[in-house]
Amino acid sequence: MRVRGRAEALTAWVFISASLLGFAVFYAIPAIRNIAISFTQWNMLSPAKPVGLKNYALLLGDGVFWHAFKITFFYVLYNIPLQTVVALFLAVMMDRFAGSIVIRGVLILPYLLPPVVVGLIWLWMLNPILGIVDAFLKAVGLPAQPFLGSTAQALPTIAGMNIWEYMGFTGILFYAGLQTIPTSLYEAAQLDGAGEWKMFWRVTLPLLRPVTAFVVITSVIGSFQVFDTIAVTTTGGPVNSTRVLVWYIYEQAFQQFKMGYGAAMATFLFVLLGIVALVQFRLFRTGSSELA
Amino acid sequence: MAETIDIESRYAERSPRSISAGRVIVWIILLFVIVLTLFPVWWVIRTALSSSNLLFNDPKSLLPIGPTMQNFARVLGLMSVNQAIAAGGSGTTFNFLVALRNSFIVTGCILVGQLFFSALAAYAFARLRFRGRETVFFIFVTGLMVPGVVTLIPNFVLIHGLGWLNTFPGLIAPYFLMTPFAVFFLRQFMLGLPFELEEAAILDGASRFAIFIKVIIPLSQTALLTLAIVTFFQSWNNFLWPFLIGRSESVRVLTAALAIFQTQTPQGAPDWTGLMAGTALSMVPSILFLVFAGRRVVESLQFSGLK
Repeated sequence: MRVRGRAEALTAWVFISASLLGFAVFYAIPAIRNIAISFTQWNMLSPAKPVGLKNYALLLGDGVFWHAFKITFFYVLYNIPLQTVVALFLAVMMDRFAGSIVIRGVLILPYLLPPVVVGLIWLWMLNPILGIVDAFLKAVGLPAQPFLGSTAQALPTIAGMNIWEYMGFTGILFYAGLQTIPTSLYEAAQLDGAGEWKMFWRVTLPLLRPVTAFVVITSVIGSFQVFDTIAVTTTGGPVNSTRVLVWYIYEQAFQQFKMGYGAAMATFLFVLLGIVALVQFRLFRTGSSELA
Repeated sequence: MAETIDIESRYAERSPRSISAGRVIVWIILLFVIVLTLFPVWWVIRTALSSSNLLFNDPKSLLPIGPTMQNFARVLGLMSVNQAIAAGGSGTTFNFLVALRNSFIVTGCILVGQLFFSALAAYAFARLRFRGRETVFFIFVTGLMVPGVVTLIPNFVLIHGLGWLNTFPGLIAPYFLMTPFAVFFLRQFMLGLPFELEEAAILDGASRFAIFIKVIIPLSQTALLTLAIVTFFQSWNNFLWPFLIGRSESVRVLTAALAIFQTQTPQGAPDWTGLMAGTALSMVPSILFLVFAGRRVVESLQFSGLK
């Protein structure tokens, strides 16, 4: 028996060896190495020079960095609340009236497109000369808007593109969550004379909390790392108006070749996202559900 | 269709006034959202099918202006450079056919490797007994919480050091052996599989690997298919990594090719019809998947979020 146990353990280690290697080389070691790189000055041509905490000191005094931080925060604010409310609204409508696979399939389409493609589609539709959106606005008697061309509108416009991409997918996740709520609860509420509105607040929303928590936490974390749509539309401009954190890290590390400084900012973002996730876990009291 | 009917009937009895004003409003809103979702996709196709030189004539036309397949021929490299410029091209020789091939190579390799190695590890975590199993699995799961931007610089440095910049191995390696999500997802599924078939195979003297191939993989088909769909789209849509690692044309995937095409406009004005033809090409797999396996895709993604 003991021999068989040992053979089984050996087999198990052989089976996990490949993925253990992948995990070590591309997840665990890099996560630590990123911190090590952040303590150096390094352009990848000459050897890395240890500089201690200098990159972090630089970061604290870097106005562009703090601007990027602020912009990213605003971006998340433009993006997440609206996206979540629209998605929840869509999910409830599908659940109550039209959950057909065709509608769900259509709504999920933007999510299946590469974010780069989503950026290009809207870049073209919002083009100031040939764009259909301004043509439409003028046709209904509204003034044309600069959208990506203006410092005031560029960031909300990028947020709008991403809402377009993710609202259907997020709606589908909410929809799947709604399927787990027993119909009997609605019947009981209805017997008590509750209307649609009251049922939504008293039954749907409380029971959907675990799904809402998952959806909001993952989309906030994704939103803090927005990159692709900016890379093909504004590249951080006009002026600094869309220079979000990941774009700034990209510029510093891969255009200026300041690997140490880029790594310091990535570490900062890691810590920031950790805190954001923890706060949200607390807010949503995840792990407990009214259904259980 | 049985499931759809089920879902719709969930509330059939709930409201006796089934064609109420509220219902009409809901349908109008849903219709609006569907148009909002589909119109931009149509706009890409409409532009890709329009003649470049005529685009200015009627920017509001809902149908292709001077319908033509030239844009596709141009971006697929089926025309000479001079012909392409005459047809409104930017003069950059761009070959989306190669990019399309590269996207398939990269995504195909990642799919095969990631699914196989993750399933093998998941089987060990779910079924085999060994010391440290829970600890190693827990460490894997913490990997789910590491944001991509944290590993970006060190992974780039590693691939650069290996001399794998602008190679397929460089593009594929980080996703080839595992992702924490893949292992986690498959292990959760395999925990729920019945033991009987496995035990019978052990009594027959089958090796663990034979059991994995002949029993576990067939039993895990649904989970593997779900993961395959999720992984396919992650890989096909991925941008930042291939943009950093695979810029040279021989290995450039579609997303990187589109971004680079967008920035290279030697003729001055952007080549919108060409860009939209390239964009349309990169949408093809998503649309095909939805048309031919829509239910599967929707349910896979629905499921991936709830695990």
